[in-house]
Amino acid sequence: MLLSSAELDALWLTVALATVTTIILLLLGTPLAWWLARTRNKWPALIEAAVAMPLILPPTVLGFYLLLMFAPDTALGRAWQQFTGTQLAFSFSALVIGSVIYSLPFVVQPLQGAFQRVPDGLLQAAASLGAKPLDQFVSVVLPMTRSSFVTAASLGFAHTVGEFGVVLMIGGNIPGETQVLSIALYDYVESLQFEEAHRLAAGLVVFSALLLIWLYRNDRRESWRMRA
Amino acid sequence: MTGLHLELACSGEGDFKLELNTQLPDRGVTAIYGPSGSGKSTLLDCIAGFRQPDVGSKLRFREEAWFGHGRATPPWLRNVGYVFQDARLFPHLTVEQNLEYAAKRATRGTAPSLDDVMHWLDITRLKCHAPASLSGGERQRVAIGRALLSAPQLLLLDEPVANLDRRARQQCLGYLQALVAELALPTLYVSHDIEEVSQLADYVLLLDEGRATDQGSLLELCSQLDNRLSQQEQAAAILLCTVGRQDAEFGLTELLVEEQTLQVAQQRQNEGQQRRLRVPARDVSVCRERPADTSILNILPVELVEIEPGADTRVMIRLALGSQYLLARITRKSVSQLQLKVGDRLYAQIKSAALMRSAHEDED
Repeated sequence: MLLSSAELDALWLTVALATVTTIILLLLGTPLAWWLARTRNKWPALIEAAVAMPLILPPTVLGFYLLLMFAPDTALGRAWQQFTGTQLAFSFSALVIGSVIYSLPFVVQPLQGAFQRVPDGLLQAAASLGAKPLDQFVSVVLPMTRSSFVTAASLGFAHTVGEFGVVLMIGGNIPGETQVLSIALYDYVESLQFEEAHRLAAGLVVFSALLLIWLYRNDRRESWRMRA
Repeated sequence: MTGLHLELACSGEGDFKLELNTQLPDRGVTAIYGPSGSGKSTLLDCIAGFRQPDVGSKLRFREEAWFGHGRATPPWLRNVGYVFQDARLFPHLTVEQNLEYAAKRATRGTAPSLDDVMHWLDITRLKCHAPASLSGGERQRVAIGRALLSAPQLLLLDEPVANLDRRARQQCLGYLQALVAELALPTLYVSHDIEEVSQLADYVLLLDEGRATDQGSLLELCSQLDNRLSQQEQAAAILLCTVGRQDAEFGLTELLVEEQTLQVAQQRQNEGQQRRLRVPARDVSVCRERPADTSILNILPVELVEIEPGADTRVMIRLALGSQYLLARITRKSVSQLQLKVGDRLYAQIKSAALMRSAHEDED
């Protein structure tokens, strides 16, 4: 057996967290990116700055504030307890919320850029042909920005797999609930189990390299097609 | 019958403001003619719903209120076909898919069939092509077809041939001319090219710096002396003619106008068809006697009905030919030497070059 059962749990948890986070990010990030790309009032700068914060803040800062917010004695923590009957802090749900915030810029920024490159004139043409706004988005914007959705989803997924600081702060280290691969690796190193640490570290390196190679090839093909 | 009812104010860049209070006809082609920056495209965008006019404006098409009393109908409910200067085909769809895009969303009225439209515009062989691989003229033809397939109740054309070379332009205009006549679709045609306007329009709205300076039927406006159409260098009158006999030996076609005959370069049209002939004022001169032994083919008996007042070197005069009119731009000195006055019976000579060229362009 290549991986121990604890490691398999960590792998499964990591994939589940990244998948759920990516889906939520696409659902939230698409309308947000569309609004940022299209609106003409002065608020976007503020929202854009907020979305981009995780790019420069140390993850532990974000994790620290989230931990305070998730505590059982806060309004959010109490409401969560009431509705779900479980504690929010140190749970899988807390990881998802943290990851969504932490990876938001990686999804919103490529989508916003792609949406800005769709000419207004094409949407006017669609509108004059009878397409309502949602129809315009689905029939013109989506197909024209498909590759940016692939990029955004991959970056969101990969960045969630790679996070450590936020998870450590708000998730703790509960096997099967919040112990993701990066945390498991940290554990091994702390307890001087270097052989196991090597295995996980190398696995993550290979995964990241493969994903990035695929992404850049995808991007390159796309730009060739645009030029053609 | 009124089609468009406009009480518009629309502030644009800087201190530009479009202010219009008028009605446009419910049928035929209405040209909106004016120099760049006169507000032509702003007007079209207000009508299509892409731009909101100032509060207090009113916009109505037939019985439908499109703007006013605090309400604006969104563009997708106005059922207006829009052909843009830059075509704006969807780059991710083929020609056929672009056309289907419109046909699928045509909810009101009856659209022509996809096959008919492709046939009329001669784009059937392009149907699997991507828009990026088309020439400018082909792209515009697809854009026209796409607009028609949305079954519009009003067609807006924003300088649709301005970006094309001369040959493609003539071809595209030919298709447009045939289509708007065939479909009886009220059409607004924005242009700053008088040749296009005189070829297509029935009715003209003259715009300048956001205001209407004049409007009326094309033939009326073209033969008046006191509007901008007649004041520019390429001013011309338009004659409605019937195509007559072909003269194959000399490569000429006879055009009948008010019981007179004009000879122009050979035409494609068949005998008996109606045709517009644009006669530039600078190519018309007058004499008191019918000249003999001249190389000029076209000499018409006319009556002088108006002399433009003014002290310029050259003046415009208006000549009646039956119920139609010709314009001639001649020097003030000639007016004085010939002692021209209203009511004189004269002979108008039309330089052949003018008629040979305009007829030749149609052959393209």
